[in-house]
Amino acid sequence: MPWETVMGLEVHLQLATDSKIFSGSPSRFGAEPNVQADAVDLGMPGMLPVLNTRAVEFAVRFGLGVGAKIGRRSVFDRKNYFYPDLPKGYQISQFFEPIVGEGLFEVPMPDGSLFPIRILRAHLEEDAGKSVHDAFPDQTGIDLNRAGTPLLEIVTEPDFRTAEQAVAYLKALHSLVTYLGISDGNMSEGSMRCDVNISLRPVGSDTLGTRTEIKNVNSFRFVEKAIEVETERQADLLDNGETVTQETRLYDADRNETRSMRSKEVANDYRYFPEPDLLPVVLDEATIESIAQSLPELPGPKRARFIEQYTLSDYDAALLVSSRAMADYFESAVADCDEPKLVANWILGDLSAAMNREDLDIDQTPVSASALAGLITRIADNTLSSKLAKQVFEGLWLGEGSADDIIEARGLKQVSDTGELEAMIDDVITNNPDQVAQYQAADEAKQKKLSGFFVGQIMKASKGQANPQLVSQLLMKKLSD
Amino acid sequence: MSPTDPTKASATELSTALANGDVSSLELTEHFLERIKRLNPTINAVITVTEDAARQDAIEADQRIAAGDQGPLTGIPLLHKDIFCTNGVLTTCASRMLDNFVPPYDATVVARLRDAGTVMLGKTNMDEFAMGSSNETSFYGPTVNPWDVSRVPGGSSGGSAAAVAAGFAPLSTGTDTGGSIRQPAALCGITGLKPTYGRVSRLGIIAFASSLDQAGPMTRTVEDAALMLSAIAGMDSGDSTSADRPVPDFRADLGGNIEGLRIGIPREYFSDDLDTAIAAQVKTALSELESEGAKLIDIDLPHTRDAIATYYVIAPAEASTNLSRYDGVRFGHRCAQPKDLEDLYFRSRTEGFGDEVKRRILVGTYVLSSGFYDAYFKRAQQVRRIISEDFSRAFEQVDVIAGPATPGTAFPLGSKNNDPVSMYMEDIYTLAVNLAGLPGLSLPAGAVNGLPVGLQLIGRAFDESTLLKAGHRLQQRTDWHRRAPDVEVSR
Repeated sequence: MPWETVMGLEVHLQLATDSKIFSGSPSRFGAEPNVQADAVDLGMPGMLPVLNTRAVEFAVRFGLGVGAKIGRRSVFDRKNYFYPDLPKGYQISQFFEPIVGEGLFEVPMPDGSLFPIRILRAHLEEDAGKSVHDAFPDQTGIDLNRAGTPLLEIVTEPDFRTAEQAVAYLKALHSLVTYLGISDGNMSEGSMRCDVNISLRPVGSDTLGTRTEIKNVNSFRFVEKAIEVETERQADLLDNGETVTQETRLYDADRNETRSMRSKEVANDYRYFPEPDLLPVVLDEATIESIAQSLPELPGPKRARFIEQYTLSDYDAALLVSSRAMADYFESAVADCDEPKLVANWILGDLSAAMNREDLDIDQTPVSASALAGLITRIADNTLSSKLAKQVFEGLWLGEGSADDIIEARGLKQVSDTGELEAMIDDVITNNPDQVAQYQAADEAKQKKLSGFFVGQIMKASKGQANPQLVSQLLMKKLSD
Repeated sequence: MSPTDPTKASATELSTALANGDVSSLELTEHFLERIKRLNPTINAVITVTEDAARQDAIEADQRIAAGDQGPLTGIPLLHKDIFCTNGVLTTCASRMLDNFVPPYDATVVARLRDAGTVMLGKTNMDEFAMGSSNETSFYGPTVNPWDVSRVPGGSSGGSAAAVAAGFAPLSTGTDTGGSIRQPAALCGITGLKPTYGRVSRLGIIAFASSLDQAGPMTRTVEDAALMLSAIAGMDSGDSTSADRPVPDFRADLGGNIEGLRIGIPREYFSDDLDTAIAAQVKTALSELESEGAKLIDIDLPHTRDAIATYYVIAPAEASTNLSRYDGVRFGHRCAQPKDLEDLYFRSRTEGFGDEVKRRILVGTYVLSSGFYDAYFKRAQQVRRIISEDFSRAFEQVDVIAGPATPGTAFPLGSKNNDPVSMYMEDIYTLAVNLAGLPGLSLPAGAVNGLPVGLQLIGRAFDESTLLKAGHRLQQRTDWHRRAPDVEVSR
């Protein structure tokens, strides 16, 4: 039977606040175990949480970024369960009244189209610590550095049908939160962790099947793979007349399979109730408005503006705005050379290829926006052919100076010396009498076409350095003589 | 030594003696340390004595006094309930679970009293995790009532109440979640104030029920309570529920008369639950206030009895999760040789907690569990609001509400241990005050068969001043607060 996959995503996003959500400890990644945990983080007797207002501001920024309802009053709750890396025996979260309500997020798909995803809610909570299973023989260590790191849990409606959509959503989410400056969105360091709720139903049906939840899938690629194998697993079960068990599963990247977590680890009654140590978070219009005013231009509107202002394709615009640094780079280069299409092509072409090759981000590339603009200026004014431009780019990447410096130093300047060019043209004319005869017999329109042959020959003879414009000028003259 | 006997003197009187140079803080400290050493084996009011640190604090206080740099509490010895975290000093909450727990920080209340120059003599006994009304749930054995050592001192701040009554210190700190300051104060014949919720920081106080817990003074006189409240009250950025409100000079507010003060007498507080002899004593005390110009007005608090059920849903619910952190992983009791994680949890908690604590964790877990939340916890929150509205309505007609602090006098040790509900009834007049977050003052108002009787005054939120003023007027007219048990004899 043909099955339709239905998915909803839950993303746990670590917020990039300087300190933890309920204590003054720093929340950096990668410190020595337990050096970033104070008495509050350890759940010591008598210690009380104090809300980091920056985390609230970041949550509101996210809410505004997806056009969601912002809870004028949100309430923290305790989620109760025992685990050694959960110091208090409860996690402070928001269950009944989250800070961010329903929103809509338009996700750019690889083909340039937009795919709308409904955000159900987003709420603030504290992260747990980590159990360290490999540091001590027969014992488990506890590292509480991460305990109390602010998280925003972003929950979507079951709007996804393909792995491609899920990955596109995660990429767009990554882009959004880095624009908003609320998270580094780094999946490999756990700043963005994804749970996938997935179920199958017969194509055409509109009731949901039994779902499983795949926990903590920590890269775009693994999300895609996990969805593929889980879809296959559920389809096999259903095709064989078996049923899917509602459960939590883990994706094992090494074996490329999902497997059930022991029920003991998940069969919890969390006994949510309002956290009595914290007051409700009350936000007034003025606060929300001032946060709204402070938002940067977000990927969606920026994409639309790029298409409009620079007459870029949907595809190019979507790629350029996917990172704020890249969009800024683009605009900065365009400001210097006023050649948006060329700048877009170079960023998405040679520059991206070089960055991928050396695994660099755009803010780490050795070629500055103004250096690239310098190169493009020389392409636009015909100093450089596209072939020469690639060599100049190589020089820029290697730090050989500006485009003009490299043109000079590498001797890549086009040959514009009339005498030199005329000699080359004469040679070509002499060596191709048939083509000359053909040319001279043709009408004006045909002549234009045929002139390409001669230009090509001359460029070849000059090893690409002949100024094509000057060549065709001189060629016309010679041929019509 | 001064002409006043420090054992019976108020902190205010001792402060004057210190300022006049009649006595030094070190002399006072030695006096009380000696008394604790001699009599505590009988009373068992103190778990830890901090002898050396006390002497050191006293010497520093004497230097401040000599330099004329003292406040009204500088050099006054006191005891802290063992629920307050004290930097570098064992803090047990009277539980085996914390028998080895030495916090690296002071509770805000402790820090503020230290800054005021008080001298900490030690930590007082209490019901385990403040769960109890008789001090019998302590891991360190029950405290007994200095008025009759075969009887309980009340709880959970029973050690603090008995210590002041027995003359171990003029002041002690307590906490009150459902009556834990006021009930033992009443049974031991001392003065105890539960401030408005949010008036005093909870930071560093080992949590029982977070939305109800409040720290307050336990003293000989209302004047001392006013003094102490001024020292500990006020906003604390470390406790989000502490109130950002100006703190009056409560002692200065004691002056003036109570002419025209409207005192509400709830009919429900004088029902069949109340011992008739106590009712008579309380009425006598009220007539004293009437003589001072107060008007007594009958009122209704129709949901008085509902407070018990409501409290015994909300408090255990909060407690069940507050006590989840005691898991044997980071601090506190850990069982020997755990086999695996579940064994570690199971045995550490089984061994570390006493019966009453376990009972409340079970009840609390039950009322929060899925399927029962609406029927219990949510409903209790609704009733809590209704109880609060009872008080709001009453305070439209009156300025203060008055009644007995407890339904009976101190009861014999062991007499209610097998009957939790009868034990819970002990707090029938005090629980509602916590549910509504209001201030309540318990003060001595006579005796029945040689055992103290307590009067409770309840005020509007953040209006401790009116309570204290009325209580102070009563203590100006009467000497019940001046009576002390002869502990040497009752031994």
